[in-house]
Amino acid sequence: MKQTARIISTYSADVMGVCSALFELGGMTVMHDASGCNSTYTTHDEPRWYDMDSMVYISGISEMEAIMGDDEKLIEDICEAAEEMHPKFIAIAGTPVPAMTGFDFEAVAEVIEKRTGIPTFGFPTTGMNTYVHGASMALEGIVTKLIDDPSDEWINEKLEEVDKSDEEVPYKVNILGLTPLDYSVNGQVESIEKWLTDRGFVVGSRFAMGSSLEEIGRASEAEVNLVVSGTGLGAANAMYRKFAIPSVIGLPIGLKQSDLLEDALLQTAREYRRFRTSGTASERAGLTRLKIHPNDLDPVVKDNIVVLIGEGVMNFSLANSIRFETGHKTKVLCATECPEGILREWDKMTPDEDDIIPELAEASYIIADPLYRPICPDSAKFIPLPSEAFSGRMYRDDIPDLVKDPGLILNQF
Amino acid sequence: MLKRINGNKDRVRIPGVRIADASFPAPFRSGLEYSSPARGTWNIVHTGMLIPEAHEIFVCAAGCLRGVILTAAEMGLTDRFSTVAVREHNLLDGDMEDLVIEGVADIIGKLPKRPPAVLVYTSCVHHFTGVDLDMIYARLRERFPDIDFTDCYMNPIMRKSGLTPDQLMRSRLYTLLHERKQSRDAVAIIGNDLPTQQDSDIMKMFRAAGLKVHEITSCRNYDEYQEMAESSVYVSYNPDAAAGGDMLEERLGGKHHYMKFSFDSDEIDEELAKLADTLVSVTCGAEDGEDAAKAADREAAVRRAVTDISEQGRSDIRKELDETLALIGDTPVTIDYTFCPRPLGLARLLLENGFNVTRVYLDGIPGADRADYEILREKYPDLMLHPTVHAAMRFAATENAEAAAETGAGSGDSCRVLAIGQKAAYFENTDNFVNVVEGGGMLGYEAVTHTMKLMRDAYINKKNMRELVQIKGLGCGICAR
Repeated sequence: MKQTARIISTYSADVMGVCSALFELGGMTVMHDASGCNSTYTTHDEPRWYDMDSMVYISGISEMEAIMGDDEKLIEDICEAAEEMHPKFIAIAGTPVPAMTGFDFEAVAEVIEKRTGIPTFGFPTTGMNTYVHGASMALEGIVTKLIDDPSDEWINEKLEEVDKSDEEVPYKVNILGLTPLDYSVNGQVESIEKWLTDRGFVVGSRFAMGSSLEEIGRASEAEVNLVVSGTGLGAANAMYRKFAIPSVIGLPIGLKQSDLLEDALLQTAREYRRFRTSGTASERAGLTRLKIHPNDLDPVVKDNIVVLIGEGVMNFSLANSIRFETGHKTKVLCATECPEGILREWDKMTPDEDDIIPELAEASYIIADPLYRPICPDSAKFIPLPSEAFSGRMYRDDIPDLVKDPGLILNQF
Repeated sequence: MLKRINGNKDRVRIPGVRIADASFPAPFRSGLEYSSPARGTWNIVHTGMLIPEAHEIFVCAAGCLRGVILTAAEMGLTDRFSTVAVREHNLLDGDMEDLVIEGVADIIGKLPKRPPAVLVYTSCVHHFTGVDLDMIYARLRERFPDIDFTDCYMNPIMRKSGLTPDQLMRSRLYTLLHERKQSRDAVAIIGNDLPTQQDSDIMKMFRAAGLKVHEITSCRNYDEYQEMAESSVYVSYNPDAAAGGDMLEERLGGKHHYMKFSFDSDEIDEELAKLADTLVSVTCGAEDGEDAAKAADREAAVRRAVTDISEQGRSDIRKELDETLALIGDTPVTIDYTFCPRPLGLARLLLENGFNVTRVYLDGIPGADRADYEILREKYPDLMLHPTVHAAMRFAATENAEAAAETGAGSGDSCRVLAIGQKAAYFENTDNFVNVVEGGGMLGYEAVTHTMKLMRDAYINKKNMRELVQIKGLGCGICAR
């Protein structure tokens, strides 16, 4: 039966995704919830809670406040806390109760913004979608509301630099879709940065691990975005809508895929730089928006099927790398939200335990979080790939850095 | 120390109030709520798992399921835990009853072994959509007559209306007991997550009376759990367990006796005497000649135990208090409410015996602490009360650490501040702390003597506070990261 799980875990929810995405940016995020969301988030979803003093709270809504529609209590509480603690922005994210009472996130955010003078977001999460949905919404909101065009001074300086240089001036790349739910705090973010730098790119803003809000605010200086998880897709779309900056989706795992990813980034960035340097408004519509990489592959040479369960973008990249490097056929079972067009036609959206189990019957290898192991058949070799988004802190020490050391997975076949 | 990333470059004022200026029972205004990393207190998953062999099924939104699933996973008990996810369309479709019934049935059908009992946890969404819970449980019992079902709740929105989720959960633990013949030789201690310590005052009394003691924490299987129903007296001493005790008395017919947790010798004696009266009235009744002799012996033993425990207890606590004070001297001591049900009672005991208690961390003053609150305001008006969930407490650990660094206090191996309880330890940023929650199964004079021993140990031996306080469900024995 759909929606039931006899034994497996569940992914971090949309409301926690909002908190995770905004955690390092100096804002104040309020989960409009009675109780429980905060301890769940800070215990299982947020490895930075003990080390960074980010302001994440719950509203503590009571039965009577919900029934009477007492939004003023929430507004007053937020304004009072903001006055004392001066966050750079305020975000309100929803849970099941406000979803049922029809809480107007947009209106309440507007009231708070007017009273405090602090940019305020209302994210209508419900606690019933995965973190990908919430984090994507939050990062999209940051782009939409808090990032402006580069200054004229910067643009002129950049144009002059490009114009005068005999060599190709390095392209600036934002990394979109960084949260510990996908990348933990074990150096993976730094490995992605290092890969970009090693390949001659300049790393711009990191959405949203390792960059301050001020650094994020300069994201429009970039010429291309690298989207490394589904949580970055909302921001990627907003970057295109607002600045026409294109994005490439993929994670540099394994040599061949990394080479192709580099080519895709270069090609897309060059196109954008030409447009920024000399393009006309009418050319904008023809620019690359999202490049999914790579989506055409060498023929399969082995019969064994490798099934990967988890977040779409990361597992799609890992699956492609496995195909490149080992020749095995791969299938991604995506258990989180993933927009159409990213997964391959043979991959599946499988949010429920009963969707997943039949897909595992034909697998020779299964790559998944250890909490999936109880539903995996003994006939397949289980390769653990822990994810904070699924098992929280339980296997944090075992989460591999696949960008730095892809052999941890690729050598297991 | 926390890396500062918030927008306020200046120090945030840590909320607190002198006890002389604190109102009862709510010294702090409610507002946005913060959650500290101290996680040792138990939640409804830990507590439900105390029923041996029972299977827990939570029916809620994914966001709410997340914390409880991972609690079960960290306990290593996912094989006794399942979920039914409520999705957005269920709110609109009006099929919530079907979702619960069919979802629970589906899971039961997939379990490798039929559980004797299933705890079904519904949530805020069921409350707000007016789900017919009676019908749901009636259908489930009809469909699975060999399984005991009970209604459990994860509806924190009701925490300010009627029984709190914690009180409800503790009451649910005993709803599955089947009525059976009661024995005057058996009593039950109810409502605790942690086993009552064998050298606690009531265990001494029960032993003296020759009573068989049931406690859910020691039940190894469902049959042993059912044996609790033979008890003729149900003793609770956790304030959150009292409501469950009353329900049990009404349903099974035994006598519920609520015993106040206290650090005050006179109050401890009073409570022992009251318990003795209950035991005498219920377990020492005589219906024939043979029972009469036994009853008389038991009554004498119970009365004698009250005197013995009191005399020995008073002597022991004097010695322990003196020894502890001699060791820690005027080192600041802080206490938080997760340590025991009477944080102000403990503060009063320590202050009246010469200890330098500077802060108590609590969000509300327990009703049982009212008298201690009044005495403390009069005798120690400068004792500071600090909240634990106030938004600005996010910065307390950093503020306290920075303040200590400026003065050089606590550098090296010395004890800067001794914290009693995990939250106090976290906020004070100290490794010298007593790592106990929910009273740790202590009660009576033994609670005082044991606390003194723990304080001395905490003063001498630093612990890895960061690691220890983040473990969920301290004392459940199986939680690990």
